[in-house]
Amino acid sequence: MSDKKVATPLLDKIEGGAWPSFIKEIKAEAHRPMVQDLLGVLERSYEERIGHWKHGGLVGVMGYGGGVIGRYCDLADEFPEVGEFHTIRINQPSGWFYNSEALRTLCDIWDEHGSGLTNMHGSTGDIVFLGCRTSELEPVFDKLTKAGFDLGGSGSAMRTPSCCVGPARCEWACYDTLDACNDITQSFQDELHRPMFPYKYKFKFSGCSNDCVASIARSDCAVIGTWKDEIQIDQKEMAVAAKNGTDIQAEICDLCPSGCMNWDGKKLDINDAECVKCMHCINVLPKALKPGKERGATILVGGKAPIIGGALLCAVLVPFLEMKKGYDDLKELTEAIWDLWGEHGKNRERVGEFIQRIGLSNFLEQIGLEPVPDMISHPRTNPYIFFEDELEDDDE
Amino acid sequence: MSNPERITDIGPPHYEKFLPPVIKDNYGKWAYHEVLKPGTMVHVGESGDKLFTVRAATPRLMAIATIRKFADLADKYCDGYLRFTSRNNVEFLLTDEKKIDALTKDLLDLGYLVGGIGNSISNIVHTQGWVHCHSAATDASGVVKAIMDDLHPHFSNMDLPGKLRIAFACCLNMCGAVHCSDIAVLGVHTKVPSIDHDELPKVCEIPTLISSCPTGAIRPATVDGKKSVEIEGPNCMYCGNCYTVCPSVKINNAEGDGISIWVGGKVSNARHEPMFSKLAIPFLPNNPPHWPEVVEAVAALVKVWKENAKKHERMGEWIERIGWPKFFEIADLPFTRYHIDDFKHAGETFKRSTHIKH
Repeated sequence: MSDKKVATPLLDKIEGGAWPSFIKEIKAEAHRPMVQDLLGVLERSYEERIGHWKHGGLVGVMGYGGGVIGRYCDLADEFPEVGEFHTIRINQPSGWFYNSEALRTLCDIWDEHGSGLTNMHGSTGDIVFLGCRTSELEPVFDKLTKAGFDLGGSGSAMRTPSCCVGPARCEWACYDTLDACNDITQSFQDELHRPMFPYKYKFKFSGCSNDCVASIARSDCAVIGTWKDEIQIDQKEMAVAAKNGTDIQAEICDLCPSGCMNWDGKKLDINDAECVKCMHCINVLPKALKPGKERGATILVGGKAPIIGGALLCAVLVPFLEMKKGYDDLKELTEAIWDLWGEHGKNRERVGEFIQRIGLSNFLEQIGLEPVPDMISHPRTNPYIFFEDELEDDDE
Repeated sequence: MSNPERITDIGPPHYEKFLPPVIKDNYGKWAYHEVLKPGTMVHVGESGDKLFTVRAATPRLMAIATIRKFADLADKYCDGYLRFTSRNNVEFLLTDEKKIDALTKDLLDLGYLVGGIGNSISNIVHTQGWVHCHSAATDASGVVKAIMDDLHPHFSNMDLPGKLRIAFACCLNMCGAVHCSDIAVLGVHTKVPSIDHDELPKVCEIPTLISSCPTGAIRPATVDGKKSVEIEGPNCMYCGNCYTVCPSVKINNAEGDGISIWVGGKVSNARHEPMFSKLAIPFLPNNPPHWPEVVEAVAALVKVWKENAKKHERMGEWIERIGWPKFFEIADLPFTRYHIDDFKHAGETFKRSTHIKH
């Protein structure tokens, strides 16, 4: 068996070309019988235009309810080496920083126990080991934890949080995204490894509203850096930028969504009370403009992709939160949300869908937040108001 | 069963041990950055320290053989330090500007293009597809490869009006936020699932299966004396949620599966608020290994945006300025009944004014 080499005429056709080649990557590990069979299954999919993987089955490591996704092949008779081809999610370090030694350690473990194929990284942010037999899960886990790594989340659990590069290499980070991400991950290990929610709950941490980890679209709780005071302006650098060809009026003032800027040819004036912290001007002129000094984050909740009730962007819950180390306010808020949603959420109902079902006002009341106009794009237009007196009468 | 040596719940390694000294010294004290050339930028600290970044595309699906090569490059040029980005690029972190060219050459020689910074197409975020996913309507890596084999000059150069974020998902689960991308390429199923009535009662919980359907199209039924379900075809929107909870309800279909294309989404708050991507092309055939129809459609969209958008204008901002009728006209795309929403809140997408360009 180990000598067999699967013919892949269709895959061979897309192996070349300028863009980095996933076929070359797979073939780089094709000395393993498992990867030969993977090539065989994939070639078959290219011939037949249909996938050959099956979901599910309870597989995992002892004491954890997640981190491993069961994957089986429906052509196992023909390609027995990929009959079991599970995914292992490994929690990445904040900001996806590594050194060569840590990467080699991961490679050594996967070399010995699996397919040698990975994703760097999965959609949620984990390091992904693709293709593990059930019997190898415990040995992989044992070696990972001894090397200081742990599994990520799957199923109806807190999923592996992720964050942007933050203050490690970005002058726009309005709070320490790496520390916040690491702190939340470490503080909620039980919720990460042992699914106990109605459905998944994702955290993403972006240092500014450019939102490099797409938190507003991809997470149940988006923590997006912002500031309260004035944009810092270096007027000398403004003049240099203008001299070097940036059309300040057209590229900065005219594109400002709140129209809060004025350029007289020498000096930029910003009406900061009108600024919506969109980052456009700062993006274009990183030498001349910087976020203000009174920094924190906007907390938004309820983002998700379409399954099941349609896609949602996150909605504002806390317009401005100081992101003090320890993150007690964020943790308290999170636990209030989990308590409410955990008790009343339906099976496979994301928190965004839950809020729509019970109403944002009810949700706010239950978690102890006052309604503020920053939470809405406009007040209601329909007159069907559930006045509280009515509710109280019902209660009695 | 208990194992005294068993280590659990340790969480990820602390990021601090993977930060190079220049980052530790300038953490939170970066003054500004400049893009030096495609794929290369410098961050300058308030201290005056400089950190150079060289960004290269990976195919996301990576062999450990490749990761070891990246580790070797990190040792050779960066004292062992590197990172990955949210769009599956690898970034090498240098303090010596003189090493940039040699590193870039080594990356190009290995087949990993350098680019993806500034007004360019960054790496396409994508899903598993036929390599590993159960509900994939198409392959992911293959379509992405075909598209970028064609569009890679826009990764390696900064020749676009603004940033262009392309994302790919192989089914409506949309792993990876394709729903907020400038161009979203999305695998779709278009046929009602077939049911294996012999297998279903053995492997699936029928109440869970019934409640998994967002449109209530699944009903209990007895088939040949066995407890199973039936699907009301006209109410099925091919989301595949039933298949995820029950493998006996088979959504994958070689004839019906294909690809749709969506445009104008963004996650950044810069200028315009974040937006969902909207339907441009409802269905293109699944045509491996090169998916020529998909590549052609994506390339045409990039071209029409590049030729018509103003500087800094993302795809969605450009379309909003000119209006959707004009977009369909100049992109030369047919407008069909499928473009009109008929799910929840569909009414919010109807035009309810006379602001029409004639």
